[in-house]
This record gives sequence, C-alpha cells and structure tokens, in this order.
Amino acid sequence: MTELWDGFVKAIQLIISFDPDVMEAAGRSLWISATSCAISMLICLPLGSLIHFRNFPGKRLLVSVIQTLFSLPTVAVGLLVFVFISRAGPLGELGLLFTPAAIVVGQVILISPIMLGLIISALSGVDRAVTETATSLGATRVQAAIVNIREAKYSIVTALIMGFGRAISEVGLSLMVGGNIKGYTRTITTAISLETSKGELELAIALGMILIFIALVINIALHRLQRK
Amino acid sequence: MRKLTAYLLVVVAVVGLLAMGLGWESTQRLRVATTTSLYDTGLWSYLEPMFEEEYDVELDIKYAGTGIALEYGRRGDVDVIAVHSKSREEQFVADGYGVERVPFAYNYFVIVGPAGDPAGIKGMTPEDAFTQLSETGTASFVSRGDDSGTHGKEKAIWASAGYDYEDVRGTGAWYIEAGSGMGPTLLMTSEKQAYTLSDMGTFLAYKGDIDLVPIVDQGSILLNVYSVVACNPEMNSNVNYEMANNLVNFLTSPEIQELIGNYGTNQYGNSLFIPCADNEPIS
Repeated sequence: MTELWDGFVKAIQLIISFDPDVMEAAGRSLWISATSCAISMLICLPLGSLIHFRNFPGKRLLVSVIQTLFSLPTVAVGLLVFVFISRAGPLGELGLLFTPAAIVVGQVILISPIMLGLIISALSGVDRAVTETATSLGATRVQAAIVNIREAKYSIVTALIMGFGRAISEVGLSLMVGGNIKGYTRTITTAISLETSKGELELAIALGMILIFIALVINIALHRLQRK
Repeated sequence: MRKLTAYLLVVVAVVGLLAMGLGWESTQRLRVATTTSLYDTGLWSYLEPMFEEEYDVELDIKYAGTGIALEYGRRGDVDVIAVHSKSREEQFVADGYGVERVPFAYNYFVIVGPAGDPAGIKGMTPEDAFTQLSETGTASFVSRGDDSGTHGKEKAIWASAGYDYEDVRGTGAWYIEAGSGMGPTLLMTSEKQAYTLSDMGTFLAYKGDIDLVPIVDQGSILLNVYSVVACNPEMNSNVNYEMANNLVNFLTSPEIQELIGNYGTNQYGNSLFIPCADNEPIS
C-alpha cells in the first residue's frame, strides 16, 4: 500500500519539476484525445441532427445499434484499424500505422457512437415548440437544427465530456495502432502500461494521478462552457 | 446555406490544422520492431540517441515478441527487426521478407526460480530440469506463452527433453502461460515463487525487483543470439532499406560492439550482452 503514497509524492514531484518525458506524454495524450473529440464532434453534430430530424424506416433500430456500439471494446477497434492501415491492408499506402494519426482514427471510431447517441438523445429532449417557432419565423431546416443544438447545449457538452473521457483513458487501441513509441506515440496510458510491466509501480501510479488531474482540469473547463 | 458552407469551411480548417499538428512531417523515420528482452534491458534507449544523431533520423522503436515482430516485418509495417530466434529468422530471410540475418550480440538463457529450489533442479541440464518440473508437478513454471523467441527456446528445450509441447501445456495447473513480455513474466514468477526461463540480460536488469535466483545456467541449448534483419524492399516497396542497412552497420560497427559489450556493467554489475558481429557462437 505504501506504493500509493509514494506514487502520490512522485506525481507531485514530476509535475513540479516539469519532467520532460512525462510532460511530453501528457501533452500528447491531451492533444490526441482533443483532436479525436473535435473530429468526432464535427461528424456527430450534423449526423446526429440528421438522424433526429429525419424520419425513416429503421430509425429505432439504428439508434439501438449506435447505443450498442457504446460498449465497443478498445482492443477490437484497435484490431480493426490495424487490419485496415497496416501496409498489407487496404489503406496501407497511407503509412498511418504506428503514428499518432492512427490513434486519432481509432479514437474517432471508438467515441463517435457515444457522442452520436448522446447528441441524439440531447436533441430529443428539446421542446418541439422550438422547431415549430423557428420554422414559422421562416427558418430553413439547417437553421432550425442550429437553434435546437443551441437549446440542447448543456447535454451536448455532456456528450463531449463522455467522449473525451473515453478517448483519454483508453489504452488497448493506443498500444495496438500507436505502438507506444517513445517520443512519438507514447501517451500517459500506454506509459502506465509499460511502467507497470517493468515493475515501476510508483511511476505508473504517479502517471495515473497526472491523468486524473488532466481530466479534472478539462472537466472544470467544460463545465464552465456548459453554464455559459 | 451560408451557415452550412461556413461550417464546412471550419471543418476543413480544423482538420487541416490538427493534421499538421499531428506530424505528417518530412523527418525521416526508421521503424524498428525489437524483441522485448532488448527493450526491457534498456539497450535500445541507450543506443537510440547515438544512432539518431549519427544519421539524422527518428528511430521508432516498437517492442514486441519475436513472433509479432516478424509478422510486422512480413506485413511491411517496419523497416528492420531485431530478434532472437535463429530458425525463424532464417525462415524469414528464406521467404524473401528479410535481406540477411546479421547476428550482433549474444548471451545465455537461464532457468530462474526461488532461492530454496523447491523442485531440486539445481545442477541439472536444462532438459533434465524441465523433465523434473513436469514429472513432480508441485512447483509452478511460468511460460511466456506469447510466441516470442524465449517461448520458442522453451519449446526447443521441451522437444530436446523428449516432450511434445502440446502435452506439456495440458498437464495441469503447475504450467502457467503468462502471455506477456519477459519483464512482466519475471515479476509474475517472483510473485508466485515459481520457475521460468529468462534471457540473462532481462534477468540481470530486473534482479533488484524480484525474488528469484539463477538455478540452471549450464547447457549448450541455452545459447541466445540476437540478430538484426533488414526487411526486403522487394517485398514491401515502402521499406526504408538504406536506413535499415545503416542500422545493421551501426550495430555491427567496432565502436558500438564495444559499447554493447560494456552495457550494464555500471548499472547491474555485469555486462548483459556479449558482442558477436562476424563471429556468431555455435552451440
């Protein structure tokens, strides 16, 4: 149990001393997850609005499928991406395997169902009167959708928080398609996995605490955004 | 529609910026798949900056067991591999995936276990030790179980002792398949106070963290040779053969051979590897 306390002390030392390796991995974790969230948001906002505002056969089934994909295992996504972007795979020419971009691709696949599902349910929560009023004032469909998105902002930021949480905490995917290459694709979670396997428990715990600290800061920032 | 156009512009701008930030840059990179034992001992971290400086290249080191490292090579996902399984390396070259197998260092495998040696295998040959472990079945043996070079060596010892490996796996709870790298396997073995087969380098590097001692370290079958193999650009046109070849020459150069030979003396009290460029030991 002393490891926990030692890990805590070590975490503080690493943060205060701006340990270059740790700062780099933390920065990379943050950067990669933020990119994944941004791309995923850009895909899911219009797609979610489309699914919500259009009526088509099989809509309920589609929503169920999206919700099922909430529990996509990270290693399965990793394997899928690996098979596609490995040199021997259909997208091999892009040379993406073992690069940070590969992790982003995987994380977008991983978190998009969550963001999409939560955005759809966020939009479902908006009063129908909003759309009706907007339309009666001459709004186009896109404009009406934008008004709805504004109304649902609180819940949409929640979707972002959930997506970010899943992206920054996953490890299986990053290991498989990123390769945990020092100074290039090593993130906080893959570093924790490596340090644990090396028996460097204090360092691993310290890294875990730093990850939680980052998540805390991000969540506080997003909550402020939510309240605005 | 103007809003939609603006939205699309923002999408393109953001994705473009992020893509630039992610480093689709032009720095030359060399992708190496290395066995975990070379990585866990810290040898690569030690040599990496020297190579990067000499050749102005980013070395991307991916640690993996010999099995998966060779698979990366076959798929064209790395430029060069550094592993330790002679027969499989020769097969890799014979199949046309590798250019040439170049040995650059060696050490020995060792059967490690609790200091008390509960199975009483001290002083035996590796084959007799395995036989004893299997027949008594009281002391546990932790196998890498990950198709790595060390796992391959373990299978070779079972075969040499007259066992069919598949039979060994099914004989009971004493045989534990860890499915992880050498370091984690040593830690697990220590926790369980069991026996395992380890390369000497990783064992020495982990000695301080574990409660295990060498039990059987004599026997020609325990020889462990590390080779570097450049992948064949004829099989995968994206292979950076020139730089891969630079790495082969770097590892076998007299200066680096000397550094490899001295590596670990300060930190672990023993050198972990014996250099052997152009002079492969024969068991």
